[in-house]
Amino acid sequence: MQCWSHKPCIREVAIAAMLKAVILIGGPQKGTRFRPLSFEVPKPLFPVAGVPMIQHHIEACAQVPGMQEILLIGFYQPDEPLTRFLEAAQQEFNLPVRYLQEFAPLGTGGGLYHFRDQILAGGPEAFFVLNADVCSDFPLSAMLAAHRHQPHPFLLLGTTANRTQSLNYGCIVENPQTHEVLHYVEKPSTFVSDIINCGIYLFSPEALKPLRDVFQRNQQNGQLEDSSGLWRGAGTIRLEQDVFAALAGQGQIYVHLNDGIWSQIKSAGSALYASRLYLGQYQLTHPERLAKHSPGGPRIRGNVYIHPTAKVAPSAVLGPNVSIGEGVTVGEGVRLRESIVLHGATLQEHTCVLHSIVGWGSMVGRWSRVEGTPNDPNPNDPRAHMDSESLFKDGKLLPAITILGCRVRIPAEVLILNSIVLPHKELSRSFTNQIIL
Amino acid sequence: MVQFHRHHGQEGSILVTRVEEPSKYGVVVCEADTGRIHRFVEKPQVFVSNKINAGMYILSPAVLRRIQLRPTSIEKEVFPVMAEEGQLYAMELQGFWMDIGQPKDFLTGMCLFLQSLRQKQPEQLCSGPGIVGNVLVDPSARIGQNCSIGPNVSLGPGVVVEDGVCIRRCTVLRDAHIRSHSWLESCIVGWRCRVGQWVRMENVTVLGEDVIVNDELYLNGPACCPTSPLATRCRSLGSSCERPAEPRVGQGTLAWASQARTRCVSGSWTGWKQLDTCFCGHKPGGVLVGTPSPPPQEGRAGC
Repeated sequence: MQCWSHKPCIREVAIAAMLKAVILIGGPQKGTRFRPLSFEVPKPLFPVAGVPMIQHHIEACAQVPGMQEILLIGFYQPDEPLTRFLEAAQQEFNLPVRYLQEFAPLGTGGGLYHFRDQILAGGPEAFFVLNADVCSDFPLSAMLAAHRHQPHPFLLLGTTANRTQSLNYGCIVENPQTHEVLHYVEKPSTFVSDIINCGIYLFSPEALKPLRDVFQRNQQNGQLEDSSGLWRGAGTIRLEQDVFAALAGQGQIYVHLNDGIWSQIKSAGSALYASRLYLGQYQLTHPERLAKHSPGGPRIRGNVYIHPTAKVAPSAVLGPNVSIGEGVTVGEGVRLRESIVLHGATLQEHTCVLHSIVGWGSMVGRWSRVEGTPNDPNPNDPRAHMDSESLFKDGKLLPAITILGCRVRIPAEVLILNSIVLPHKELSRSFTNQIIL
Repeated sequence: MVQFHRHHGQEGSILVTRVEEPSKYGVVVCEADTGRIHRFVEKPQVFVSNKINAGMYILSPAVLRRIQLRPTSIEKEVFPVMAEEGQLYAMELQGFWMDIGQPKDFLTGMCLFLQSLRQKQPEQLCSGPGIVGNVLVDPSARIGQNCSIGPNVSLGPGVVVEDGVCIRRCTVLRDAHIRSHSWLESCIVGWRCRVGQWVRMENVTVLGEDVIVNDELYLNGPACCPTSPLATRCRSLGSSCERPAEPRVGQGTLAWASQARTRCVSGSWTGWKQLDTCFCGHKPGGVLVGTPSPPPQEGRAGC
């Protein structure tokens, strides 16, 4: 690569410290398990622990010394929420944050190859690649240190899972001494390894060469069909199957193990779980975001985020794991636990909201009860992660987090249990275990 | 009723009442004008009459001679004979009547009673801010602020209802304590019970004596009786490691289902299957109350 000059000079040292980050944010065809919440706002911007999902990524990247630019790659149309978010992020973190829109869904690797010139502009030493829908403590500096110790084209972040749950993720077999990835398989049907792929990578510029090989090979093969029989468009590259699985064991891919918090955010239930993980992290990283009990204020139990513009009555009891968004009104005697209340919602007096997400601008009437059922990983097992969640089993709706979509109105004194209410619905009675259209 | 009995001068008078579904009861066939009873039909398959035995009788001492010294059912053995002999007369009850053996009917009966109280002795009923409709409150009961009590509620002596509680169509017995922000509809809360904060109870939930319901629970129609052997198991299945003296409906407790209600809130709780087979003596599928969560290890040992 041209940027690695063989003549040592000051310029080389300055270039060596330059890093970039790429966040893969997907598009409307992806993240459909997040509906009806993703009808209002693109999933990467959904607030988790009070802040948009990818803001956690950007905050972590901005703290790595030498970070020059953050690129978002996806196939959402650049609409207002996204544009506003980009502007706000640039201002807050003093870093260029740009959105590169794919012309078609190109898979997890296609966008990287397509925009390679933008990524390599300025000659970065390495660039992070982060999936938007993960929740993590982002040990980026540790990954960078490992990379600098022994540069390789691909460095994956890995964590451990228990045997049964590892089948839901990308499994990595590593050499325990060298940390080389010997074998990689995505969602195997039998147990391969208890180390799983976190979806957070550090690539050096050399990584683009294998991507180019895959791209050219796909072009030559013409129409492609992968194992599930779906036709994939030209230019799509799946990082996991086409690159990692193919190159494992050839000295190119290495793994860095991490035992901090990690979770995928695929559904509303996992967003709530991720919220709890991040709120716990705030004790160390952002203690100012956690609400404290103050005289004349509501009673706080555990980790709670309250937006400064929210109005919460003093007799309310909040927590643990509660996030209250902008302009929310919480009435007298309300009990909130393990829930997210999105902006503009109103909870009237004496309501009880447990394990639920209350959508933007919704209203819950007096004495009503909105309750879901958590599907959290077993707290007794430190390596447990959320199970891959399906909505139905044998034709019956599985009990899960209750979701109220945007502008839903719940009357007084009713019970909404384990249900999903689509946006703009006005209910007139209690519902349990239903999807209310 | 005494007047009626003296007027016809025969041995027995029984009060009958008109019901909508007579085939659930013993039906009385009688003459419309005199009231003389022709016969009884027990749970008729086809419509015979819509008048049933209301369970109140006036009997002459002569009737005692008809009863032999052994266990006897007066309705099955004595009355049919008296009816054949033309000695039994029926008088139709004008007021309200209910068989209140079942909790559901008990509550309906309570509504009828309060309604009749409204007509005959309205000063006995309670009124004031937060009181809606027919509400009977013992003078020693205490109600908090911002509550909504009624319609059709009766609160017994020493009952304490904290702030922000909503109670509809319930009977709350002596010395029970309902904590703040809870919502109760169609329930019977037994003597000295303690219902926690933000509890929701509905659908003919019955709490026996001295039951504690933890905060933030949802009870949908269970009957929790503290003296049954079930309650002993309830105790060991309750939340956390304490051994409370009273039976406690905590997280994940199984309470006995009233009638055949099999509403089950299943969670990601592998222990649920074991619970089901333990209670095979009772109707299957008791009601799981509270929010299911991974149970403490001690809890399962209680099975």
